Amino acid sequence: MTRLEATFARLRERGERALVTYFMAGDPSLADTRRLVIEAARRGADVVELGVPFSDPLADGPVIQRAAMRALAAGTTMPRVLETVATLRAEVSVPLVLLSYYNPVLAFGLEAFARTAADAGVDGVIVADLPPEEADPLAAQAGAAGLDLIHLVAPTSTPPRVRLIARRSRGFIYVVALTGVTGERRELPADLATQIRRLRLVTTKPVCIGFGISTPAQVAAIGRLADGAIVGSAIVRLVEERAGSPTLVEDVGTFIAELKAPLGPGLGDPPQTPPVRAGLRAPARTPPVGAGLGAPAKTPPARDGLGAHAKTPPAGAGLGAPARKTTRAAGAARL
Amino acid sequence: MKRTLPDARGHFGRFGGRFVPETLMAPLIELERAWTAAKRDRQFQRRLAALLHDYAGRPTPLYPAERLTEQCGGAQIFLKREDLCHTGAHKINNVLGQALLASRMKKRRVIAETGAGQHGVATATAAALLGLECDVYMGAEDIERQALNVFRMRLLGARVISVEAGSRTLKDAINEALRDWVTNVRTTYYLLGSALGPHPYPVMVRDLHAVIGRETRRQTRRVLRRLPDVLVACVGGGSNAIGLFHPFIADRRVRIVGVEPGGEGIATGRHGASMSAGAVGVLHGCMSYLLQNDDGQIATAHSISAGLDYPGVGPEHAFYRDAGRFEFVSVTDAEALEGFETLTRLEGIMPALESAHAVAHAIRLAKTLPRSKAIVVGLSGRGDKDVHVVAKALGKAIG
Repeated sequence: MTRLEATFARLRERGERALVTYFMAGDPSLADTRRLVIEAARRGADVVELGVPFSDPLADGPVIQRAAMRALAAGTTMPRVLETVATLRAEVSVPLVLLSYYNPVLAFGLEAFARTAADAGVDGVIVADLPPEEADPLAAQAGAAGLDLIHLVAPTSTPPRVRLIARRSRGFIYVVALTGVTGERRELPADLATQIRRLRLVTTKPVCIGFGISTPAQVAAIGRLADGAIVGSAIVRLVEERAGSPTLVEDVGTFIAELKAPLGPGLGDPPQTPPVRAGLRAPARTPPVGAGLGAPAKTPPARDGLGAHAKTPPAGAGLGAPARKTTRAAGAARL
Repeated sequence: MKRTLPDARGHFGRFGGRFVPETLMAPLIELERAWTAAKRDRQFQRRLAALLHDYAGRPTPLYPAERLTEQCGGAQIFLKREDLCHTGAHKINNVLGQALLASRMKKRRVIAETGAGQHGVATATAAALLGLECDVYMGAEDIERQALNVFRMRLLGARVISVEAGSRTLKDAINEALRDWVTNVRTTYYLLGSALGPHPYPVMVRDLHAVIGRETRRQTRRVLRRLPDVLVACVGGGSNAIGLFHPFIADRRVRIVGVEPGGEGIATGRHGASMSAGAVGVLHGCMSYLLQNDDGQIATAHSISAGLDYPGVGPEHAFYRDAGRFEFVSVTDAEALEGFETLTRLEGIMPALESAHAVAHAIRLAKTLPRSKAIVVGLSGRGDKDVHVVAKALGKAIG
């Protein structure tokens, strides 16, 4: 079981949803990225995505475009991002996922990329412009290196495509919530529940939703649908605003804790998922927390070496929003 | 040589393909089906043929440039006069076909990218003709360089959206058009202007421009009683070139030469010659030769002609280059200007600066070949739009 699979299985056992946070590597610097990732893991991020900047990010909105340009101007390259991951791996145990475009991966060399990334401690890779039809060469190398190649499913994906993507995606399935580029939106699309239902009919793999999710309230709504919520632009914009400030890391950490608060534990299973039973999905790793999950405990919690990961216990967690309007309120309101 | 290219997924050997965000995959497959159906639809074909004839002004002449030939003292030079098409360039061939297809697909809005503005003007023209809403993305730098075309587009009722990102040229305009399409894909038709991008665009654009080459075959057969010896066309993305070249690919005795923008010289790094100085990579949905650094970041192209200012090239060109069927050479800004002046003075034909690259190489080549050989130059567009650029380059004020 890969680190991503184990993470989702463990969260599932606890009735918890994953908070997936995105940072643009090298924005404002790789040293800052390193500190931000450590803080994110400490404050509740369950998976961290690291963007590898590309000169022509055609799937990204203005916030992430600007971050990519800053990161490139700061001299960020694929090899340097991989070095940063290698040093991070010693400090955090959250799954780390690289998100980029195909050309920087291709330029590095597919085999070299998969091997170097896996050696550095990267768990998964998402390539924004690599649909499953073109992914065989990278999938073969990633598979051989033990790297999960995560595919995206979009609102425009036809049923046969949804099945293809669900079958090919490893680690989790990335659901693009809306037709558009990355970036904050005021409201979640109305047809999201339908989209997730369609997907759940064909897969038991974990499902995370991204694009346009930026507030704790939106994250809470995603928590009622999927296994995880992916927040990118809102975090990247906070990094942009606080870059150079002594409170950068702390402010981002506070925001991440706010985002994580509504995601459990104790939420039970996401809707439309088959009950956890041995043999049907990944074997349970942790003792069942919620009532009625009925999964036989097999091993003790797989949290070895997770010291830094211990979450601030969400005081009065559940779906209520304990600390929603703090430092972030001003920024979040200004969409 | 196989003529069944590309394969079912749009690959020309290792080039081409469909490297796009998932959101665009189903729409591209739908577009491919719609195009396949339209090609077989007699009514669609009749309507397109009528528009090309009555509206765009086809067939365009194949003109024997006698004074130019005489001056060079070598091979005969013929000009395939796409500059005489409505809107002043070959771009209209593709645009009429795709705008008809957009209507057939019940899309009411078209978007396009443009570099020199020729494709933007052509798209705005077709949108006016067919009553479609039209937004054109154009790099901020190109908007400055091509103010006249910007105004023409606005007169035609299109909105011109300035793109400030990146190098502020064609490549960034394509990024922005793709972002618009990803967002509005259910209602919007992306009318891509060159033989690149994700499948089926390279094939569709080629098929729509292949009329250039088909006419050239007929015309040279009539005039020369045989096929030409050499074809020369400029290659940015490569749409006019593939249109001229494609019907001749199986004729192995016809030499095919693409001319890339050499900018200030390949050695300076300020050029747009992706075949001569690029490496294989993926940009804007297809695999091809690209100008890029070792880290896979796309480089900024440079050319005096905005229409060639692109760091990549169509995948079919890349394939036939590797297969040894197409040759590629480069012509610098200065040489292109010389070509512009020579053709203007000797023939009274002011070529677009893009086409002037092809003219410059044809002059070079003609001098090395005997009188018995015939060169056809793809004169892809007229030069009115470039007069101010030429004036500036020559250090002269207009008026």
